[in-house]
Amino acid sequence: MKRSRAPLVVTIAVLIFFYLPILILVINSFNASRFSSTWGGWTLAWYARLWHEGEIWHAMQNSLIIAVSASAVSVVIGTLAAFALHRFDTRLQKTQYLLIYTPLVIPELLMGLSLLLFFVAIGMNLGLLTIFFAHVTFCISYVAMVVLGRLQDFDFSIIEAAQDLGANWWTAAVRVLLPLLAPGIIAGGLLAFTLSIDDFVITFFVAGPGSTTLPIRIYSMIKFGAPPLINALSTILLVVTFLAVWISQHLTEEKR
Amino acid sequence: MASTNYLEFENVSKHFGSIRAVDRVSLSIAKGEFFSLLGPSGCGKTTLLRILAGFENPNTGRVILNGRDITDLPPHQRRVNTIFQSYALFPHLTVRENIAFGLRIEKRLKKEIDTEVDRMLALVQMEDQAHKYPDILSGGQKQRVAIARALIKKPEVLLLDEPLAALDLKLRQRMLMELDLIHDEVGITFLYVTHDQGEAMSLSDHIAVMNLGIIEQIGTPAEIYEAPRSSFVAAFIGDTNFFEGKVTDIVGHEYSRLTIDGFPDVLCFNDKHISAGNPVFLSIRPEKFHISRDAPPNSNKRNIMRGLVEDVIYQGLLTKFWVRVQEYRLSIVQQHSRFLLDEKPIRWNEEVWISWHADDSFMLERYSESDEQLVSLPPENIGDVNGEAATPE
Repeated sequence: MKRSRAPLVVTIAVLIFFYLPILILVINSFNASRFSSTWGGWTLAWYARLWHEGEIWHAMQNSLIIAVSASAVSVVIGTLAAFALHRFDTRLQKTQYLLIYTPLVIPELLMGLSLLLFFVAIGMNLGLLTIFFAHVTFCISYVAMVVLGRLQDFDFSIIEAAQDLGANWWTAAVRVLLPLLAPGIIAGGLLAFTLSIDDFVITFFVAGPGSTTLPIRIYSMIKFGAPPLINALSTILLVVTFLAVWISQHLTEEKR
Repeated sequence: MASTNYLEFENVSKHFGSIRAVDRVSLSIAKGEFFSLLGPSGCGKTTLLRILAGFENPNTGRVILNGRDITDLPPHQRRVNTIFQSYALFPHLTVRENIAFGLRIEKRLKKEIDTEVDRMLALVQMEDQAHKYPDILSGGQKQRVAIARALIKKPEVLLLDEPLAALDLKLRQRMLMELDLIHDEVGITFLYVTHDQGEAMSLSDHIAVMNLGIIEQIGTPAEIYEAPRSSFVAAFIGDTNFFEGKVTDIVGHEYSRLTIDGFPDVLCFNDKHISAGNPVFLSIRPEKFHISRDAPPNSNKRNIMRGLVEDVIYQGLLTKFWVRVQEYRLSIVQQHSRFLLDEKPIRWNEEVWISWHADDSFMLERYSESDEQLVSLPPENIGDVNGEAATPE
C-alpha cells in the first residue's frame, strides 16, 4: 500500500504556520535595513544599540525582579493550596477549588481593572509592589493546578511506608514527598515565571511611573517606531527562554 | 516460642462514622508465629493491621506488644514494619537505597548499613538488581524489595497487607513458598492479612477469621476447616453444603437425628450438645460424601440415600458431581483413586448411592445475621454455598 503524503504535508504546514513568523523576526534582527520589507545585508548594529538603551535594561530588570519574586512566592502558596485542596475534605472544598480555579478563566481585562480599583481604593501607590501582588494572584492558581495534578497521581502509601520505616512526618515529607513532587513544583514555578515575565494586560493596569516592565516598554517602543530594536530584543528573549526550557528538561531527565 | 501473648489486642474498636470497622476485637499472638487475619473485604482485617502499624487510632482498647502498650505511639516509634499491598517502594530511590532507607533514618554508620543491605539483598536474591529503580522491576521483584526493606529494621512483628494480591497465580504460588522460607529463616512474628483462604491455610500457624468487624473464630487451619464454629466460617473456608433443619432426637451421647424440609432425615455428630427441638444448620463438605453405583455396606453411623446425577465436571485430579436428593442439589467431590479404565465412570442422569459418616458433618447454631442470606437462597442453590458466593467482593 502506498503511504499517504497527507500527514507529512500537514505537519510541515503547521510547523511553517507556527515558526515562520518567529524565523522572520530572528532574521530581521540582523537586517541592516530599518524596514523589514527590504533586505539591507547582515548586521549586528541593532544588538549594539540595544546595549545602550538604558530604559530597556531598566524595564528588563523590573520584569525579572517581579517574575522571580512573584513565582517564588506563588510556588510556596500555590503548593500549600494544592495540598489543602487534595488532603482535606470539608464542605467548602468545592468552593475553594472554584476560587483557586477562577483566575485561570477570568478575562485578564477584568482582573486588571478590578485589581486597579482595589489598589486605588486602599490608597496604595502603583508601582513594582502592586505589579508583584497582581502577578502573585494569578500565578498561585497556575502553580496550584500543576501541583494538584501531580498530587492526584501521588501514591500516599509511600509516605506511610516512610513513616513505617522510622521517619517522622517531617522527615518523610523532606525525603520522599518533596523529591517526588519537585518536578511538578518546578514546572509550576517555571510556568508562573513565564506568565509573569510576559504579562501585559494586568500589568498595564497596575503599573505606575518608573515601574515599566519589558512588555510595556516594548509596546511603547512599537508606538514610537523602533521595530529592528524590538526584533533584536525578542531574539535575545527567545534564546534565553529556549535555554531555560532546555535546562529544565535536562534536569528532570537526570532525576529519572 | 515464648509466651502466647507476645502481641495482644485488648477489646479494640474502630469506627468510621457509623460503620464499625473493628468491633471489640481481642486477640493474642505468640512470638515467632505466622498468624493470619482472614476475611472478605470490608471485614476489618486491614483496619486492625493499620491500628497495629499506627496509621489508625482505635476508638477503644489497647494494643500491647512485647509487654509494652503501644496504642498511642506514632508509626515511626513502633517496632513493627509493613509490607504494603501496592509495595509502596520509593520510586526515586534504587533498590539498594530503598532497602537502606530505614537504617539511614536511624543515622547508622555507612559501613554498617552496607553490610546489612548486602545481607538483605542476598536473603531476597536481588543482589544483581541492586542499582535498578523500582519502576523497571517485575511484580515479584518489587515484592522482594518490599520484604527486604521491612526486614532490615528487625521488626518485632512483620505486617503483610495482602502482599500477593497484585501478582499472577504462578508467581503467587512461588512467593507463597518464599514467604514461608523467609519466615522460617528470620523467626520474626508475621501478621498476614488476606482474603484468600488458600494463602492463609497454607502458611499460617493460626488463623483468625473476621467478618463485619468481629472475629468469628481463631484456630489452626485444620480446626477452622474441620470444625468451624459458625456458618460464616464454614461457608467462607472451603466449599460446603448447607441444610436448614431441626434436632428431633439425641442418639447416644454424641449424635442427633435431624429433620430437614425436602430432604431425608439425617444422623449427625453433635459435639455442641444442641438439645432436641432447636433449629440448626447442617454443613457437609463436598469431599466427605461417597458416591457409588452399588449400595454401600450398611452401618449405623452412616447416612445412606439415593440421588440423581444432574451434572458431572471432570477436573483431572477431581470430579465434581451435582446430585439431586429430593429438593436439594448436593455438591460432591470425588478424588480419583483408580484408573478410569478399571471402572466405568458415573455419568450424567444416573441413579447413584451417596453416603457419608455422621462424624463428617457438623451442626451450627443459627446466630449471625449473614445466616439469613444462606437460608433465603432458592433450593436450587442451597447445596452450593461456597466461599465466593457467600462473600461479596
